[in-house]
Amino acid sequence: MRVLETGNHLIALAAEASRVEVVPAYPITPQTQIIEKVAELIDEGRMNAEYIPVESEHSACAALVSASLTGARAFSATSAHGLAYMHEMLHYAAGIRVPVVMANVNRALGPGWNIWCDHQDSISQRDTGWIQVYVAGHQEAVDTLIQGFRITEDHSVLLPLMVNLDAFVLSHTYMDAEVPSREDVDRYLPPYKPLWKLDPRLPVTHGSVVYPADFSETRESMQLGHKNAREVIREAAREFEDVFGRRHGDLVEGYLLDDAEYLVMAMGSLSAESRVAIDRLRESGVKAGLLRVRFFRPFPTEELRTLCRDRASIMVIDRDVSYGMEGALFSEVKAALYGHADVPVRNLIVGIGGRDVTYELIADMAQKAWNGEIGDVTWGDSHTTESHRVTREMLCEFDRLFESEKEVR
Amino acid sequence: MVSFKDLPEEELFLAGSTACQGCPSSLALRIAFKALGSNTILIVVASCTSVLQGSYPLSAINLPLMNVAFATGGASASGVAAGVKALVKRGELAEEPTVLVWAGDGGTYDIGIQSLSGAAERETDFIYVCYNNEMYSNTGTQRSGATPLGAWTTTTPGGKVQHRKDIAQIMIAHRIPYVATASLAYPLDFYQKMQKAKGIRGTKYIEMLAPCPPGWKFPSAQMIEVSRLAVQSGMWLLYENEDGETRFTGGTKRIIEGKVKKKPVKDYLEMQGRFRQVLASPEGQEAEDLLEEQVSDSIRRLHGWVPEYI
Repeated sequence: MRVLETGNHLIALAAEASRVEVVPAYPITPQTQIIEKVAELIDEGRMNAEYIPVESEHSACAALVSASLTGARAFSATSAHGLAYMHEMLHYAAGIRVPVVMANVNRALGPGWNIWCDHQDSISQRDTGWIQVYVAGHQEAVDTLIQGFRITEDHSVLLPLMVNLDAFVLSHTYMDAEVPSREDVDRYLPPYKPLWKLDPRLPVTHGSVVYPADFSETRESMQLGHKNAREVIREAAREFEDVFGRRHGDLVEGYLLDDAEYLVMAMGSLSAESRVAIDRLRESGVKAGLLRVRFFRPFPTEELRTLCRDRASIMVIDRDVSYGMEGALFSEVKAALYGHADVPVRNLIVGIGGRDVTYELIADMAQKAWNGEIGDVTWGDSHTTESHRVTREMLCEFDRLFESEKEVR
Repeated sequence: MVSFKDLPEEELFLAGSTACQGCPSSLALRIAFKALGSNTILIVVASCTSVLQGSYPLSAINLPLMNVAFATGGASASGVAAGVKALVKRGELAEEPTVLVWAGDGGTYDIGIQSLSGAAERETDFIYVCYNNEMYSNTGTQRSGATPLGAWTTTTPGGKVQHRKDIAQIMIAHRIPYVATASLAYPLDFYQKMQKAKGIRGTKYIEMLAPCPPGWKFPSAQMIEVSRLAVQSGMWLLYENEDGETRFTGGTKRIIEGKVKKKPVKDYLEMQGRFRQVLASPEGQEAEDLLEEQVSDSIRRLHGWVPEYI
C-alpha cells in the first residue's frame, strides 16, 4: 500500500504490519503521533493489539519487557526525556534478553526545554545493551522497523532494538512510502517464537539473584548477541530485498565511496543533507564521499576498517556530545580505526537542539576539516545571539542583588 | 468456613528457600500459592523475596516467576496481563493465568506507588500483595513510608517522628473491586481473601503485615505472636473492602463487635526491640499516646465511629 504519511505514522503502520500484539506507551513530543496512530488503528479494529496506557515511560518499558516475556510481540515508542526516564528498564530489557522493538524520535534533553532534534537522548543510552539503528528517510524507517523484529527475535541475538528517527525532520514531515500488508510481512517475518517465556506449563524463574561466579557469563553472552547481530542484520537486509525488492539494511551505507579521498561520516537525517554537500564538492572537483553509520550498536567496526583505509582525511559529524570528551560517533570511529587505518579524523558538532544544518555549512566545514584548518573538535554552528545579551544583563542584575544583600547583613 | 484440612496439599513454595528463620514472606507465599494454584504467573518486585527464592540456577518457587525492578510491580503486571490476553486471542493459551505481584512496603508505599496506582486506574486484572514489614528489610532496616511513628531504623536512629501512610485506603480510593488486609496470625482469613481475590476481575490489593524478626528485633519464634498482637492491639486492622463496602474480619471484627477487649498498643510495642529506645525516652508516653490515637483514628475512618468499649 502506497501512502503519503508522516514518519511517525509510518512507524505505527509498520508496527501494525509486523503484527505487534502489545503496545505500552506514554506520550511525549515529538513521538505522540506514533502512539496516537496505534491507538486509532486498534480502536478501528485495524490492529489486533493490546494498548497499555501507562503512567510513565519507566512503566512503559517495564510493561514492554514483561509483555514480551509472556511470548507476545511487543513494541513501544518514546523520545528524549522519556528514553532517559526508561534508563533502568533499558538495561533490564537487554539483561533479561527480550526481543522488543522501540522507536525513539531523537530529541534534545533539557534543560532548557527543547523539543527539537539531536542525538543526545539515544547516545546517552549507548551502554544499555540495546541495538541502535539510525534511519535517514521515511521508507527506510518502515523497512527498518519490520527488519528490526527479524533481527531481535533471532535466537542468536535476543537483544532489544531501538529504531532512531530524527525529530520533525523525519517524524513530522510527510513523504510517500510503501507500507507492506500484514500478509506480505508474513512472508518475511515469521511469528515470534520465544526461546524461553513465562508459562505456567513450564514454571521457570527469570531474573533471579546471580552470584559473581555466574554473572560475568550473562553479560558476555550479551556481547556475543551483539557480535552475532552483525551477520543477522546483513541477512535480514538481503532477505528483505528478496521479498520486497528494496534494500535498506547493513550496518553502514556508502555514497560515492569508490574513488573518494575525503569522507564525511554521519548518522540519521544529517547524512541525507551530507549527500547534497558531497554532490556540490564533487562538482567543484573534490573527490568526496559519504559513509553513513546506520547501526551505532553493534558498531560497524570491520566495515569502517575496510572502508576508511587509504583515505586522505575524514570528518565525522556528531549531533551529540559526550561532555568532557567529544562527539560520541567521533570517539567510536577513532577507536575502530586505531591501528588499522592511518588517516586524520576530525569532528564537527552541529545540529544540537534542532539548529538548522545546511549542506553549504557541511561542505564548507568538511573542506576546512580535511585541510586541517580547524581543530580536532569544532562546534560548527555556535554563534552569539540576542538572547545571550539578555542572559548577560540578567547575570549583572543577580550580581547587584547579591551586593545589596551583603550590605543589609 | 475453610479449615486447614481444605487447603490443597500441593506445595508450590518448595523447600530450600534462603529466607531468615521466622520469615513472614515465605509463609505468606506458601499460603497464597495454595489459594491461587499453579495456573499463576508471579511477579516479584525487588525485595527480600527476590533473595529468599534462592539464587541462579536454583529456585524455591515452582511457578513461572519474573523478578522485576523496584518501581515496576504494577506496570509489569499490566504487561503480563496484556501479553497473556494476546496469547489467548492467538489460541496459544486456553485461559488467562492469574497474575500475582508480590512486593514489599518499599516497593509499594514508596518507589512503586505510581506504577501500582497506574495499574489500578487501568483496571489491570491482577492481584497485588504487599507484604509490609514496615521498613526496607532487604537493605538492612531503613525507614519507609510504612514505618510507624517511634520505630527505630538505621535511618531513623532516634525513632521515626512521622506516622505511616495508609496505602490500603489509597487503594480503596482507586475504586478497585477488592482491597483487604491480612495477618499471618489469621492464616485462613488470608487464604480466603486470596481465594476471593482470584474470583474477582480487575485490580485486587491485599496487604499482609509481615513482622520481620531481625528488623523489628524480636526472637524469630515469636513472629506469629507479634502478628497476633498487632491485630489485638489495633495497630493492624483486619478488613476487606468489596466494591466500596468495608467489613472487618478475624481478630479486628471481634474487637469492633465488643466480643474481646482491645489490648493496649504498649503490649505490642514492648515485644519489639525497635520501640525500646523511644519507650525508654522522655517522649515514650507521648509516642504511645500518638499511636493509640492513630488506632482510634483508623477505626473511625473505617467504621464511622469508635465504639466506647474500645
